[in-house]
Amino acid sequence: MTELPDLPVLAASAEPDECQLVQALRRGEEPAFAQLVRLHGRQLLATARRLLNNEEDARDCLQEVFLIAFRAIEKFEAKCRLTTWLHRIIVNTALMKLRSRRSRPECSIDDLVPRFTEDGHHLEPPCPWSDHATRSLQAAESHRLLRRAIEQLPESYREVVLLRDIEGLSTEATGQFLAITANAVKIRLHRARQALRTLLDRHLEDLT
Amino acid sequence: MTCREFAEFLDAFLAGTLLAEEMAAFHRHLAVCVHCVTYLDTYRRTVDACRRLGATGEDVPAEVPEELVQAILASRRKQA
Repeated sequence: MTELPDLPVLAASAEPDECQLVQALRRGEEPAFAQLVRLHGRQLLATARRLLNNEEDARDCLQEVFLIAFRAIEKFEAKCRLTTWLHRIIVNTALMKLRSRRSRPECSIDDLVPRFTEDGHHLEPPCPWSDHATRSLQAAESHRLLRRAIEQLPESYREVVLLRDIEGLSTEATGQFLAITANAVKIRLHRARQALRTLLDRHLEDLT
Repeated sequence: MTCREFAEFLDAFLAGTLLAEEMAAFHRHLAVCVHCVTYLDTYRRTVDACRRLGATGEDVPAEVPEELVQAILASRRKQA
């Protein structure tokens, strides 16, 4: 497993109950393992589903995360909460799973960001989105549309959108997970959003 | 400010991190460029849609499916 990013600690120290749970896990007590899964599994499964957008992959990911956590519990330091520690593990595991997926046809980012004339004007002026397109984007079907668009992004851009916009991580935390600077996160996110706008534009046009 | 520069500053504009001078140039450009008004509107809708897709707390299941809990515990026992 890659080294986990040093994210901001959410709480100053582990709760007393959490300390007892960690000690029981370290002693290898079976009920403690079940308790950990039931206590944190729901939130982690939701994260895996958001990042992987595939139920089977999300369940595999959750299983992998708990096995990693059970093995690494000796290394868990009470300076952060179990929630924070497990969240780092699931984001890393989901990223690795995303990277190992059979590569799908991706669009080139250069074909999706706006192009300009030499004097800086839009080469292909954008068209306003119709009322119908706007309603589609606000409706339940927008999730499917948007997911399809995100999956068409090149991997390095897709990861930034997933971590920043879908998972809601900070610029700094996203940079740590992806081993890039905060500035690189900002640049990639902006280009990814421009590309998504273009892809949505095309998908919404198909609907009208 | 050109449309190209406008597009580069878009994220900073939405994040509210433009300097006062840049913000003024941004608004001056918006006042005269209908294409950038459209681009800003559709870009903003894209960002909003992404955020709505994100973590809301409503997507957390009531519980982990029991068969999944049992599969995780069984895998641990195998590894122990």
